[in-house]
Amino acid sequence: MLINQPQGICNCAWETGSLLCLYLFLFVLQESESENKLDGETASDSESKSEFGGSSPVPTSDDTPEVLNRALSNLSSRWKNWWVRGILTLAMITFFFIIIYLGPMVLMTIVMCVQIKCFHEIITIGYNVYHSYDLPWFRTLSWYFLLCVNYFFYGETVTDYFFTLVQREEPLRILSKYHRFISFALYLTGFCMFVLSLVKKHYRLQFYMFGWTHVTLLIVVTQSHLIIHNLFEGMIWFIVPISCVICNDIMAYMFGFFFGRTPLIKLSPKKTWEGFIGGFFSTVLFGLLLSYVMSGYRCFTCPVEFNNDTNSFTVDCEPSELFQLQEYNIPVVLQSVVGWKTVRMYPFQIHSIALSTFASLIGPFGGFFASGFKRAFKIKDFANTIPGHGGIMDRFDCQYLMATFVNVYIASFIRGPNPSKLIQQFLTLRPDQQLHIFNTLKAHLVDRGILGSLEDA
Amino acid sequence: EASQGGQEEEVDLEERLHELDLRSDSDIPDVPPPTDSTPEILKRALSGLSARWKNWWIRGILSLAMISGFFLIIYLGSFMLMLLVLSIQVKCYHEIITIGYRVYHSYDLPWFRSLSWYFLLCVNYFFYGETVADYFATFVQRREQLQFLIRYHRFISFALYLTGFCMFVLSLVKKHYRLQFYMFAWTHVTLLITVTQSHLVIQNLFEGMIWFLVPISSVICNDITAYIFGFFFGRTPLIKLSPKKTWEGFIGGFFSTVVFGFIFSYFLAQHQYFVCPVEYNSETNRFVTECEPSELFQMKKYSVPPLLQAVLGWETVDMYPFQMHSFALSTFASLIGPFGGFFASGFKRAFKIKDFADTIPGHGGIMDRFDCQYLMATFVHVYITSFIRGPNPSKLLKQLLILQPEQQLSVYKTLKSHLVEKGILQPSLKG
Repeated sequence: MLINQPQGICNCAWETGSLLCLYLFLFVLQESESENKLDGETASDSESKSEFGGSSPVPTSDDTPEVLNRALSNLSSRWKNWWVRGILTLAMITFFFIIIYLGPMVLMTIVMCVQIKCFHEIITIGYNVYHSYDLPWFRTLSWYFLLCVNYFFYGETVTDYFFTLVQREEPLRILSKYHRFISFALYLTGFCMFVLSLVKKHYRLQFYMFGWTHVTLLIVVTQSHLIIHNLFEGMIWFIVPISCVICNDIMAYMFGFFFGRTPLIKLSPKKTWEGFIGGFFSTVLFGLLLSYVMSGYRCFTCPVEFNNDTNSFTVDCEPSELFQLQEYNIPVVLQSVVGWKTVRMYPFQIHSIALSTFASLIGPFGGFFASGFKRAFKIKDFANTIPGHGGIMDRFDCQYLMATFVNVYIASFIRGPNPSKLIQQFLTLRPDQQLHIFNTLKAHLVDRGILGSLEDA
Repeated sequence: EASQGGQEEEVDLEERLHELDLRSDSDIPDVPPPTDSTPEILKRALSGLSARWKNWWIRGILSLAMISGFFLIIYLGSFMLMLLVLSIQVKCYHEIITIGYRVYHSYDLPWFRSLSWYFLLCVNYFFYGETVADYFATFVQRREQLQFLIRYHRFISFALYLTGFCMFVLSLVKKHYRLQFYMFAWTHVTLLITVTQSHLVIQNLFEGMIWFLVPISSVICNDITAYIFGFFFGRTPLIKLSPKKTWEGFIGGFFSTVVFGFIFSYFLAQHQYFVCPVEYNSETNRFVTECEPSELFQMKKYSVPPLLQAVLGWETVDMYPFQMHSFALSTFASLIGPFGGFFASGFKRAFKIKDFADTIPGHGGIMDRFDCQYLMATFVHVYITSFIRGPNPSKLLKQLLILQPEQQLSVYKTLKSHLVEKGILQPSLKG
């Protein structure tokens, strides 16, 4: 499958560049926040040593590549840390933009890789907590369950979005027709293997790891698939929520840094109410601005479609109402402040207010949850995949609930059911059921005057 | 930053957690022997018998009581069955959560009981809302408030769940983080097990009572016949986890269950009451099970394979197609169903409990009765959606009616051309 870029997809070149600079600024600031988080955690590190009987669970080895180490060897260690972070942040952001440029397919792959890494990190923590490296079969089983659940979800997505492709290829058609049955059979095999692998002295450990695996799957895999659903709705639904969460992190930190006085929650002593509220308003503003910029480009606002003729993804469409400028009347209260009577905005910007609000008010709870988790299991970071940044989960903990929210929001307020999916379901019904539905639909349309006397059109 | 006193308390908790030595199973405190909840009246009636026979009698009487209760409810109809399934689900959930409290000594955790029940409520609300919207479409269309609830159902359920999540985060207490996270995970896994199964049972029920009765009976029959075969012929042990099970019992149970499934489906397939999908009649405001029996429940002639012809002496046999499906259901009940039982046995051994609870005298808790059913409901549901029925027409219709007018029009045109092509719809004349 080729990935063709239609004309003009990234004529948005200098916008991309400016977004890149903005993100760079934001990421570097985000890193200074987590550096302070690091300092606050050292007290609990000594307790973690006693808890695990002298061996620290996740030794933070220095993963920084040799090249960087030598290049920065003459700077002081504090500046070196900042530089390492800065360079790696730049690398991550550049990578992020390249991926966006390459298109939805690659983004999907990236989301999947991130998901697998997060799963691996959390399972490894489970192994460490339960000293259960030697349990028979368990590593294999965890990965097997991950595979099953992914197969199930990807199968459902693929069937929806690649409908015509699937219908053409015979093996795919059978796989998709009996998809649920096959997935269930695969899962059952794993379940039976688990039962057969129960060993007399280790029942409890094995059940714990089984439960741990399932909860992790519930958290990690469902979120990643919702992200992919959002992505297919339009890249803007992927980029704006993620950016709002990142922005909120950073703005809350900055406001807290300058104005912070009243602590917010015992769980994270560094968060303050001033940071929280300041972060909220800045994120809303940022969301409005970012949506304004992005709504102008089709490459971001169009749903991702699979074109059967060219066998590639296309992001080309007539922009929906959401992305067409409209005049809004400014409420009288604000008129005096702002000085305009009406303003031209995209309807999407109104939605972005909802997204930013969620990101600022509820998103942090995902972060608190992860902090509580880390304190509960006495770990400083989920893993040390990214030098200076901790593990992948550390970057994504606040995103945790955002993907679900965006998906539910889209399903409830934006789009209705997918018409092509409905047609596909219709075609599998029996003839008498098809006729019944057709007649009811016809009656409904005539009723509403949508279908006049064009009955045999 | 922690004061000396605080650190000492922290260490104490760590020592306490160390007591839950996770490396071996030897530390869980023994569960106090279940209190004897046998009703007084039974005790007096049986006071003359020896203890062993008394146990058998109690079990026998209560089995009889449960079975009669079951038949009574079937007679009362689908709605009562739904309520029964719901109560069983709530009780199973309660039993498993109570075990969790005991394992983690976490009775005193702030908020946790309320939160567990709250999550149960949320998930049930979500699932029942999805089911109700589908099956009660006409009922719902008439009432404005329900319309609003249905349209934004997912959003409302998600908001409710989020509230619970935030309450959990706010309730995290410094010394008890780990316990709280454990209970949170325990709650979610329990919900995953009990609530999803019960809703699949209800969806199977709506497909037709036969899809509810045959699987459950097959599992029960397999339990009983495997025990009987094991009792008389049992020699080779089946699995270390349950030393009483034997291969002879397993295989004998398999064949008996298949035969039982055939015979039982034969009888049930003849009555509309069991065979028809449950529908809600908006005029009479009741559930009706009346329909033209589908092809599955109409007698057909099958040729007996030559191999069996010699044995049976018939060339063809009249059977319901459903009996073929019952063969698949019975096979699953005999081969894979027991794994659900082994899973529950392993769970009980892991947490050193004899029974899940002592709700039913002589039988243990509700979960003990339902452990083998665990996977059956999911299997039946997946089986139905894969092999029996397509998508639900009324749900499809509902979704069509929500579309934008232009989308509806284009769908209409596509459908029309498809139907004309297949000859189902004659091209209509103008006027």
